[in-house]
Amino acid sequence: MIEAQDLTKRYGDKLAVDHLSFKVEPGRVTGFLGPNGAGKSTTMRLILGLDRPNTGTATIDGRRYAELAQPLRTVGALLEAKAMHPGRSARNHLLFLAETQGLPSRRVDEVLDLVGLRDVARHRVRGYSLGMSQRVGIAAAMLGDPSVLLLDEPVNGLDPEGILWIRNLMKHLASERRTIFVSSHLMNEMAVTADHLIVIGKGKLIAESSTQEFIERSSEKSVLVRSPDAEALAGLIAAEGGKAIPQDPAEGRAAALSVTGLDAPRIGEIAAANRIVLHELAPQLGSLEEAFMEMTADSVEYGGDTPAVPQETAASTTSPGSSQ
Amino acid sequence: MTSVSPPAPATTLPAPLPAHRAGFAGLMLAEWTKIRSVRSTVWTLIIFAVVSLGLTGLLTWLTLSALNNGRRRASAGGIITDPVNFILGTGLGLGQLAIAVLGVLVITSEYSTGAIRSSLLAVPRRYPVMLAKALVFAVLVIVVGEIVAFASFFIGQALVNGHVVTLHGVQAGHVISVNHTITVGLSQPGVTRAVVGSGLYLTVLGLFALAIGGLIRHTAGAITAVIGMVLVIFPLAGLLPANWGAHVHAYLPTVAGQLITADKPTGGQLLSPWQGFGVFCAWTALLLAGAIVLLQRRDA
Repeated sequence: MIEAQDLTKRYGDKLAVDHLSFKVEPGRVTGFLGPNGAGKSTTMRLILGLDRPNTGTATIDGRRYAELAQPLRTVGALLEAKAMHPGRSARNHLLFLAETQGLPSRRVDEVLDLVGLRDVARHRVRGYSLGMSQRVGIAAAMLGDPSVLLLDEPVNGLDPEGILWIRNLMKHLASERRTIFVSSHLMNEMAVTADHLIVIGKGKLIAESSTQEFIERSSEKSVLVRSPDAEALAGLIAAEGGKAIPQDPAEGRAAALSVTGLDAPRIGEIAAANRIVLHELAPQLGSLEEAFMEMTADSVEYGGDTPAVPQETAASTTSPGSSQ
Repeated sequence: MTSVSPPAPATTLPAPLPAHRAGFAGLMLAEWTKIRSVRSTVWTLIIFAVVSLGLTGLLTWLTLSALNNGRRRASAGGIITDPVNFILGTGLGLGQLAIAVLGVLVITSEYSTGAIRSSLLAVPRRYPVMLAKALVFAVLVIVVGEIVAFASFFIGQALVNGHVVTLHGVQAGHVISVNHTITVGLSQPGVTRAVVGSGLYLTVLGLFALAIGGLIRHTAGAITAVIGMVLVIFPLAGLLPANWGAHVHAYLPTVAGQLITADKPTGGQLLSPWQGFGVFCAWTALLLAGAIVLLQRRDA
């Protein structure tokens, strides 16, 4: 388990992490979500003892990282920034790490097999693609068969096949009761990978909940109803406790209502009971990415002018997690 | 670009061997893996050997030829008055820069490439990394340094031994010519100490450079600082006036350290060869301690 308590990190007069507290439980993938510059990488560096917090503590299974005798056997980490000498081969990079932990060199070959880099392991890292470098980083993280894994933007630079691979790897490792803490700035990626979400913005905790809860809460649920008798239907919906907002009528089509407070089946039942014809009955889900952007809108570090979202896109039906 | 084999399916890894504490020996093994697995180490040491041995041979030969032809400049005098110092001072005097550069690189390349983060994740107590690195590097330089120092000496010895120089002097109005045969050997007083001392000096110089690299953390800056000190600042301090100036100069790191590489003391020398070496070691230990303190404190 990873526990952050009241973590604050200041670089000069810039506050990167602001009194941040959270827990990362074992047995599930915990997503660490936030826009660029939100303080995700800094938080991970504080947990790993690379940077020193101004206030607060971060512990792994109750101990500070620096107190771990053979840290790679407890914690594996993939950092966002490169942490390898480009002139050294992947094998030698992993070998020296293994030697610091008293691990046998055959363990290096095992993790190279795991990430599928055995054939190129004796080449210098300089010639590797971004995806291959990521794999070396993952191999390094897995070297000590750790019970806790911190992965900072692991899908960066990976092709779709690689993304799928790492997603499955993380789920598999979580199923073995390991603690998996993975950062991303992509909501949709986290929606399909993480079981639990910690959302930060400008170094502060914005939300913490299960992914399912997050999706349900942040996708505003409304139902689009189209009927030639929209006015009468609006009255019945209001009587049932729902809220119906008339939509701009489309040419040649029946009037439309945007209904909140009642779900689609209930609206259908009301219409049937009152013999009202329906032309359309469509549940609307806001996209998860939109919800995430809305949630973190106030805390985007490097905001440009957001181009106006075309009406069509904003109203389009998106089921959570389906978009990739 | 090399191709990637398709990723293996996520399967359960066999657990690593039962807990086995690596300890400091493991860290030294790791530092040895690091230092031998980058090309800059091999290249820098090759340059060190080639420059040191090549220049020793070339300059000794050129100077002897100049003497044969009757040209005798002040700089050539050393080969007659103190041939051992001439042999050890020429090639190694330039070759030492390669050792200084390597000393800087073994630490600053970790910072410039980000490898330091991997190192510190593996050893979060941090200072053992610096100690293991310094120790492994010292062993490497002392081995290579002693080999090159002895080889330089033997090359120079082979060239100068038996060489006859005709010295001309004026005595009581008569021009007198004296034939002088140059002879050097390890059995002469101070010579073995000077050759062994040259390897020791190079080792401490390497550690001195490593410490500066650890303090500055940037390759170019640290190399400039070390070479500037060794070649310019410290020698120029010899121009400081009066008695205090001479004392300041004598206690500067490489000025004091180089005393051990000379077989004969020069006039007015304030420190003995071993005292000078001790002063150099003390400076280096101080700077390494400073580098360790900063390593513990700074964000990586």
